[in-house]
Amino acid sequence: MKKIEVKNLSKIFGPHPERAIELLEKGKGKDEIFAETRLSVGVDRAGFDVDEGEIVVVMGLSGSGKSTLVRCINRLIEPTAGQVFVDGVEVTALDAKGLRELRLAKMGMVFQNFALFPHRTVLANAEYGLEIKGMDPAERRDRAMRSLDQVGLAGWEDSLPSQLSGGMQQRVGLARALALDPDILLMDEAFSALDPLIRRDMQDELISLQGKVKKTILFISHDLDEALKLGDRIVLMKDGAIVQVGSPEDILTSPANDYVERFVAEVDITKVLTAESVMKKSETVGFLGHDGPRAALRKMKQHGISTLFVLDAQHRLAGLVASEDCAELIGRGERDLAPIVRTDIPCVAPDTPATDLFLTMSGNSCPLAVVDEGGRLKGVVVKGSLLGAIAERGRTQE
Amino acid sequence: MSIPRIPLGVWIETAIDFMVEHFAFATKAFSAVTESVLELLEKAMLAAPAWLLIAVFTLLAWKLSRKRGIGLFTLLGLCLIWNMGLWPATVSTIALVCIATLVAIALGVPLGIASALSQGVYRVVMPVLDVMQTMPAFVYLIPAIPFFGLGKVAAIFSTVVFAMPPAIRLTCLGIRQTPRELVECADAFGSTRWQKLVKLQLPMATPTIMAGVNQTVMLALSMVVIAAMIGAKGLGGEVWKAIQRLQMGHGFEAGIGIVIVAIILDRVLQRVGARQG
Repeated sequence: MKKIEVKNLSKIFGPHPERAIELLEKGKGKDEIFAETRLSVGVDRAGFDVDEGEIVVVMGLSGSGKSTLVRCINRLIEPTAGQVFVDGVEVTALDAKGLRELRLAKMGMVFQNFALFPHRTVLANAEYGLEIKGMDPAERRDRAMRSLDQVGLAGWEDSLPSQLSGGMQQRVGLARALALDPDILLMDEAFSALDPLIRRDMQDELISLQGKVKKTILFISHDLDEALKLGDRIVLMKDGAIVQVGSPEDILTSPANDYVERFVAEVDITKVLTAESVMKKSETVGFLGHDGPRAALRKMKQHGISTLFVLDAQHRLAGLVASEDCAELIGRGERDLAPIVRTDIPCVAPDTPATDLFLTMSGNSCPLAVVDEGGRLKGVVVKGSLLGAIAERGRTQE
Repeated sequence: MSIPRIPLGVWIETAIDFMVEHFAFATKAFSAVTESVLELLEKAMLAAPAWLLIAVFTLLAWKLSRKRGIGLFTLLGLCLIWNMGLWPATVSTIALVCIATLVAIALGVPLGIASALSQGVYRVVMPVLDVMQTMPAFVYLIPAIPFFGLGKVAAIFSTVVFAMPPAIRLTCLGIRQTPRELVECADAFGSTRWQKLVKLQLPMATPTIMAGVNQTVMLALSMVVIAAMIGAKGLGGEVWKAIQRLQMGHGFEAGIGIVIVAIILDRVLQRVGARQG
């Protein structure tokens, strides 16, 4: 189900913004419009949607309009044109009261520099939204404590934000948003102000938290690694316009244009490529009980390989036969492959990262079987194809 | 051909005359009430023996500032004033400054809040403040007399006009300086304007507002001498007398009295303000 829908959304900063909208329609760019009208294009006709329970990362360099776009969704910034729907309700048509209610009921926000109220204790910060909602003190204290506990800050409730480290402060920010139990979390560069080690911890924690709470998360980031790690899908922005929307794989393996390609150029490709994306679909397999050693040997010869994966009657991977074993079997005049099938072969899941593939493959001359949960053979990774995939990505980056 | 002189002074006079004619009965009545309140306050303070009041002020200064040094200074300073025979004048000045400051804050802080929240109010209030602050303080004394009569209420009126601007300006500044991200955050959590003001902006602005209050008190004190010219009496009255009679020693004594009161109020208010922050 669509949780958030953004349709043709634009934000122009400056007086009489309609002029710029017209120019945008005529296909003029951000710089041209600025030169002509002195109006600054914040968001340029953006459209995307977010499914329930999904993490979508809006990514772009600073000034690309990502923060503006997200603020247009809860109307901290008033969009100039276009529509935003949350659960089918048009946010852009709400009056001030309706908007306040929607923000309270459905949207929690986490800010880059934490935006904690310095005069309130950690607990009072976490309580803020509930207080605004008018919940009675005992109940809101209870809920705030639970959400502090959720982010691992139990015992800190009476401290002031200034007494906490950056990572802990942002946990308070997260707890404050979670206390309201909103459907949607808007996270504006939530981890960007943290140092790299803490940032990685927070990312991991967000992922594990998401496993429990199942929110719809719109996350803003300028960090591609973060986007790839957190995002079920990524919205890539440039000059206020959306350049590409897709899964992390899509963005990496088929960048929509030069800009995206340059953006992804710095990513350590081996972290992102998975077994599934570098494997070859194996056209040739043997079948236990059906193929004898001669048939297996012929298949190997046809494809110029020295080993062959064999499947059982249920088409699950049974193991691997080598050409020399087949020849020996023929020499002995036996017909059944079963005795020579090697079952102690390395297998990996489709989502294993390429870095791990290198480890598994080193010290093993035979190809790697990629197997799904059901034991079915999805494909084969040979050293050549792995290196090839990486080399190919390397070439397009240059 | 000569350009005729613009009769600005005549216009202002006519306007004030008009207002005196139609509103003076009200302001005079207000004056009478205020005067009696002020006198009651003064009489009450003077009814107590000086040493008791000095002890109370010392204790108050010490407890509010939480500093022994400030308490000690209050004790010694007030004893010196008592010793110089300026105690009744000092009590009168303190009463006047207190009331003028209270009025200035009661008007100034809400005005400051209003001008911080509304651009329209801001645009009207700020130029008025510029006028209030640059117009020589003596000028306020003239219209104060027809409205409030010679005496303390006229003095309070001109003191309030003179001392209020920092309260307005710093309240406005304090609220406007609330970090944008925090205001955004309050909005993102669905706060109403009032909730935002009470739960975020005022607490954040408190140190700045306290600095404004401090300035207001100081300005009120500096006005007491000028206000003495229209019968405010007190320490300012002593200075004014000394000027007219060329009594250098007595003038300085009264001046030192004002300085002592100023230092006590300033230090105590600064400490209170710092604690709020």
